[in-house]
Amino acid sequence: MNVGWSFLIFLVLLLIPWVGVGVLGLQGLFVTVIPYVCFLIFIVGLVYRILNWAKSPQPFKIPTTCGQQKSLPWIKHSRLESPFNTFEVVLRMVLEVLFFRSLFRNLRADLQGKKLIYGSAKWLWLGAILFHWSFLIILIRHLRLFTNPVPSVIQFLDYMDSFIHSFGVPPVYITDILIIAGLSFLLLRRLVDAKVSYISHGSDYFPLFLILGIVITGVLMRYNLKVDVYAIKQLTLGLATFKPVVPEAKIGTIFYVHLFLVSVLAAYFPFSKLAHMVGVFFSPTRNMPNNNRADMHVNPWNYPVKHLTYAEWQERFREAMENAGIPIDEEAEKEEHEWYTIYGPNKNLNL
Amino acid sequence: MSLPKPDELISDVKLHSTPAKDWMEIKPELKKGYYLSIVEPKYLEELDLPHMGKWQPYDEKWPLPDDWREKVKEELQRRLRINRGFKLFMDICVRCGACADKCHFFLGTGDPKNMPVLRAELVRSVIKGEFSTFGKLFGRLAGARKLDEDIIKEWFYYFYQCTECRRCSVFCPYGIDTAEITMMMREILLELGIGTDWGIKPVHNSYYIGNHVGVPPQSFKENLEFLVWEFEEITGIKIDLDKYINRKGAEIMFVPLSGDYFAEPGIYTMLGYLVLFHYLDLDVTMSPFATEGGNFGFFNSLEMAKRLHSKIYDEAKRLKVKWIMGGECGHMWRVWHQYHNTFFGPIDFLEVPKSPITGTVFEHAKSNKIIHIVEFTADLIAHGKLKLDPSRNDHLVVTFHDSCNTSRGMGIFEEPRFILKHVCNNFVEMPENTIREKTFCCGSGSGLNAGENMEIRMRGGFPRANAVEYVHKEYGVNHLACICAIDRAALPTLFQYWVPGVEVGGLHELVANALVFEGERSRDVDLRRRPLKTPVKGVD
Ligand code: HEM
Ligand code: SF4
Ligand code: SF4
Repeated sequence: MNVGWSFLIFLVLLLIPWVGVGVLGLQGLFVTVIPYVCFLIFIVGLVYRILNWAKSPQPFKIPTTCGQQKSLPWIKHSRLESPFNTFEVVLRMVLEVLFFRSLFRNLRADLQGKKLIYGSAKWLWLGAILFHWSFLIILIRHLRLFTNPVPSVIQFLDYMDSFIHSFGVPPVYITDILIIAGLSFLLLRRLVDAKVSYISHGSDYFPLFLILGIVITGVLMRYNLKVDVYAIKQLTLGLATFKPVVPEAKIGTIFYVHLFLVSVLAAYFPFSKLAHMVGVFFSPTRNMPNNNRADMHVNPWNYPVKHLTYAEWQERFREAMENAGIPIDEEAEKEEHEWYTIYGPNKNLNL
Repeated sequence: MSLPKPDELISDVKLHSTPAKDWMEIKPELKKGYYLSIVEPKYLEELDLPHMGKWQPYDEKWPLPDDWREKVKEELQRRLRINRGFKLFMDICVRCGACADKCHFFLGTGDPKNMPVLRAELVRSVIKGEFSTFGKLFGRLAGARKLDEDIIKEWFYYFYQCTECRRCSVFCPYGIDTAEITMMMREILLELGIGTDWGIKPVHNSYYIGNHVGVPPQSFKENLEFLVWEFEEITGIKIDLDKYINRKGAEIMFVPLSGDYFAEPGIYTMLGYLVLFHYLDLDVTMSPFATEGGNFGFFNSLEMAKRLHSKIYDEAKRLKVKWIMGGECGHMWRVWHQYHNTFFGPIDFLEVPKSPITGTVFEHAKSNKIIHIVEFTADLIAHGKLKLDPSRNDHLVVTFHDSCNTSRGMGIFEEPRFILKHVCNNFVEMPENTIREKTFCCGSGSGLNAGENMEIRMRGGFPRANAVEYVHKEYGVNHLACICAIDRAALPTLFQYWVPGVEVGGLHELVANALVFEGERSRDVDLRRRPLKTPVKGVD
């Protein structure tokens, strides 16, 4: 049901530019106002999310330690899994962000009779890597539309991505194939795997549909429904230099659909799970060093709490202690201490 | 309480099929044997905590305070505001499902709400439904729902079916730590006045008496006297206890665990510590008040964790020691390692721990001045300061259980193994995917080791027991060593149920077994009076 609704919403989104441009002829709206507004939402939204995370304090240093701590000098500590300093944390983060290291650990549990078996399960990792890396490369390749002259780095990437042409295969980008493979796998997995399907919301299918939609319209534009690339470049350059022009040549409706879906993705990005792109950098279980006992972490809202003092305690047990021959501390003095609590009848602190 | 036979217990577990109904439509059904009882209100009152009167989870209508809805919303928002981790974990899950089959409670029940991702969704959905525009607009489609009384029951049920073990966090591509979420949610339940009997009574004991089990100082001493008397009976070696209790000016303050001087098999670990101290003639003492390194407060709220452990540094100050050493315990070390310094630092009235025997300075603990006894002993062995005869543990085939807290909340993996390899000859690892950072919880951690929830404990402990069963059958393992007092309390029950024939004990019990004393006398039993394979030949 979740899938159905989310696909329906996707279809509606698909129809909007079709009708808007194809029937109503609102090219101007779809190539200027909508992309600008959506990208503004993207930027503002993302900055808002980042600030929001950044300004909420991380009260404790809670790295998930997946390897040997640094302790005695003759014990080799795991620099990646139990980073002790900032450099090691950065290493750990780089591997997480670029190679999804934690996901690579994935296992699959099976119950055979009364036996639990754990098998390797790298498919999710592979699908995720294919999708994300292709996405990144495609995104960078797109910069050729927004630059003039095109920087040689981008030209080179473009060349690399299409080098299989020289083997006489049809002129396709490798990343186009890989991203479709990756996305299809992720989508199929979501539909077929009982557990993943059970935990999925409509909002989990939606981005997959949306991105698949973007990829497929893009691919179609390139290989089937040829569009006027020169006109597009005029348009994209105009957008990038804040001098938008509505192209006179007929570009082909498919382009407007592509651009519209990209705009939707941009606007949707900051307010959905896609924000994981930035969020991952903030994850306290990954971006903090395991050096708690060597380096104090400050919690800005740390407050003194009510506790029993030794003197009060000793008073209560004095006789029993004397009988048992436990030394009494005559110097212990009863002291009042300042305390706060965020609970119950004596609540006196509002964080 | 009677449980089904082990073979039947998990026959209903299906790991690869899910209910026909959407999880949001499944009302919580509180099954007997799965949940903890609620504590008497007077305990909460005496700890200045709110309560809901006398009631139990099986009551049809829970006596929630009138303003429970506002309270829950306010407390959720507060925690989103002051705790970045919680906020982030609520925001960025992509529901990839990598964590789904990593939780021992899911593996032992097959209940989809025990998949870490759904456990978190139980709250995430409410946060979306109550606070987010998207969520309000799209409802179920965006995974959002409105707060209602059943949700409180659901929270109680499932956040007390999580042992805060962090196994899910190892596998999550963003490190989303469901344990953190559980901690926050238990705090919010506590704000409403919902506290469990097994979770709060130990807190009360620890607060007023000094330790979870409520052993007063005189009995603390008596228990230790009994232990050293036993030791003398077996070995003829007399340990003088007096200097170890409430002596001012010692170099080190040692903090034990109540589990280790309260019941078998923990007591042999306690004895192990004392034997080691005696062997080294270590200048160490214990406070009769800070007799608990563990911290059940941590299972209720961070504030309570701090309230219980303030006494540890206070006592170190009063006893004028130089540094602190802690015993073998799991959650205790999560708190001591990851929280103490932030709670109580800077600790400038103590010195950087330095072993008086080897001269090693424990630089990694230079700020909070606390070291683990396992670190201390590993250092001794590395410097050849202990004369050990591992064959004295030859009657045992030992495996090592990494406790979840010390593994994923501290990273102490090699020190205990190093010690083990020096104190016994037969050491076998459990299968790779069930040890070290991937270790399985005992199923009874975080305040779940009560009697009334035995079924969920046996189910949650199933993956651990299953791996032990493997090495038991394959290699004849008959002893499991661990560095956690809750393990020592919970695992014997678990193994009795799943793998009879495997005993449980701490590391320092094995150390003490293997220690060779100058001029010792002959004996043919170990510290538990189990027959040795080759009797010790002494000088008598
Ligand atoms: C720093 C950058 C990023 C990192 C480290 C990252 C990491 C991940 C990881 C580890 C997963 C889980 C595996 C999976 O389900 O595929 C994931 C899922 C996902 N990511 Fe990213 N991501 C990043 C950026 C992006 C961007 C820019 C997008 C697209 C606009 C994106 C879209 C998605 C989607 C749609 C999923 C869910 C796939 C599914 O439904 O199974 N990610 N990401
Ligand atoms: S592994 Fe992490 S991102 Fe994936 S479903 Fe679990 S909590 Fe969410
Ligand atoms: S912390 Fe442990 S018990 Fe809790 S959800 Fe994660 S794996 Fe399960």
